[in-house]
Amino acid sequence: MSRYFTDEHEWVDVEGDTATVGITDYAQEQLGDIVFVETPEVGAELGQGDDAAVVESVKAASDVYAAVSGTVVEVNEALEDEPALVNSSAEEDGWFFRLTLSDTDELGDLMDEKAYKAFVADL
Amino acid sequence: MSDEQTETLKKLPLDSWHRGLGARMVLFAGYEMPVQYEGVMAEHLWTRENAGLFDVSHMGQVQLVGEGAAEALEAIVPGNISALGVGKIRYTLLLAQDGGILDDLMVTNTGRNLYLVVNGATKHDDIAYFKAQLPSGVTLDHAEDSALLALQGPKAAAALAKLEISPLQPDWPVPADLYFMEAGPFMWGDIPLGISRSGYTGEDGYEISVPAEHTEKLATALCALDEVKPIGLGARDSLRLEAGLPLYGHDMDTDILPVEANLNFALSKARREEANFAGAERVLAQYPSKADKKRVGLFVNGRQPIREGANVVDADGNIIGAVTSGGFSPTLQKPIAMAYVPMALAETGTEIIVEQRGKPIACTVADMPFVPHNYHRKPKL
Repeated sequence: MSRYFTDEHEWVDVEGDTATVGITDYAQEQLGDIVFVETPEVGAELGQGDDAAVVESVKAASDVYAAVSGTVVEVNEALEDEPALVNSSAEEDGWFFRLTLSDTDELGDLMDEKAYKAFVADL
Repeated sequence: MSDEQTETLKKLPLDSWHRGLGARMVLFAGYEMPVQYEGVMAEHLWTRENAGLFDVSHMGQVQLVGEGAAEALEAIVPGNISALGVGKIRYTLLLAQDGGILDDLMVTNTGRNLYLVVNGATKHDDIAYFKAQLPSGVTLDHAEDSALLALQGPKAAAALAKLEISPLQPDWPVPADLYFMEAGPFMWGDIPLGISRSGYTGEDGYEISVPAEHTEKLATALCALDEVKPIGLGARDSLRLEAGLPLYGHDMDTDILPVEANLNFALSKARREEANFAGAERVLAQYPSKADKKRVGLFVNGRQPIREGANVVDADGNIIGAVTSGGFSPTLQKPIAMAYVPMALAETGTEIIVEQRGKPIACTVADMPFVPHNYHRKPKL
């Protein structure tokens, strides 16, 4: 399994042609207490860069974009009752959705962990 | 171009103190200000149970001195300022000549002058407007060398009592003896303080005017107390929303009249009868409930917060109102909001629809405050 990152602070785990998407620990820290996550519909076709989800903190709403294009096959139902999972476990239990990749070449646009860490260190 | 855009970024007297405590700073009203220290939720709940210290030094502190100051101010506010007793505070509205709301403010009769606290984002425009109204015998002093701290929460009085603060005259009340909307001059050692029992959280507490050079000493002494933690702008906003208190520039502005803003209490009886404040004819034509729209509270069905800018829509999707503040209530653990709705839909319990990002969200008109006020009011005789 490979993990990729975007400059919008999302992570993407890829296994075969399935990608799991969430926001990074840095992102949850910036957002603060998360009180609601609006996940996409299962079956939704997302293009790269499309609005995919909305994450709401006490203060503000933030969009989560589709880092790669594909068809949503599963969403994290646990976030409905416990959105704070994104705070406590952003890069594991707090995942947002899974999709079937439509174009694996798009992964080339993303950063690896080392590049993302360097990107965050410069912010 | 407004003053706001040409001004350079200003720093609070406590700027480095905030950063030293790990605050995240954001731009607000031309200042870099602390939005949070440990987190909005924790800071909010701390303030509801203990006491929070807020740096609100961006707000404008203005003194009007001279014979006729109250009468001059009454030309542009609908509050009964000339009847304000010494040591008493009044909430009032700064009105444009057409009655639109230019700002909301607190006015204290100190006995020596009128002490005004106005919003940070509007203070320069407010001061220009005051100056244009004042007769030659009244002078205006913008106290830019004073900071303003708010100590808010059920333990605020117990906390402040631990500092040895004395009234300016020995026979005047100590801070704990002040009731809600009363104020006085005090000394903390050799540092003069102006202390008001007032605030913007719905809780008991104080607002403390202190010479800028002594702010850090006072803030440090207060935060050394077990009851007190520093609280950022984020929690200040969620606290005032729960308290049902409107925020200027969001829940009211120059296009909104006082009755529409649900601020009838700010139109004092004597001034309604005199009807001689700016825009009085237009303002009073709506009194008490003849406006087309009104600011109301909303409970949101479900867990998703609705935000400022979302539209209130009718069954056909036509826009009939707007959300002006919205967020998640840490105390109630559910989303709450303020919105303008048509008067016919303003009754508590009315079900309305808000459309956000193309999605309809069911809401119910709610009484405000959402969380009961906990003021230290003077007992009624």
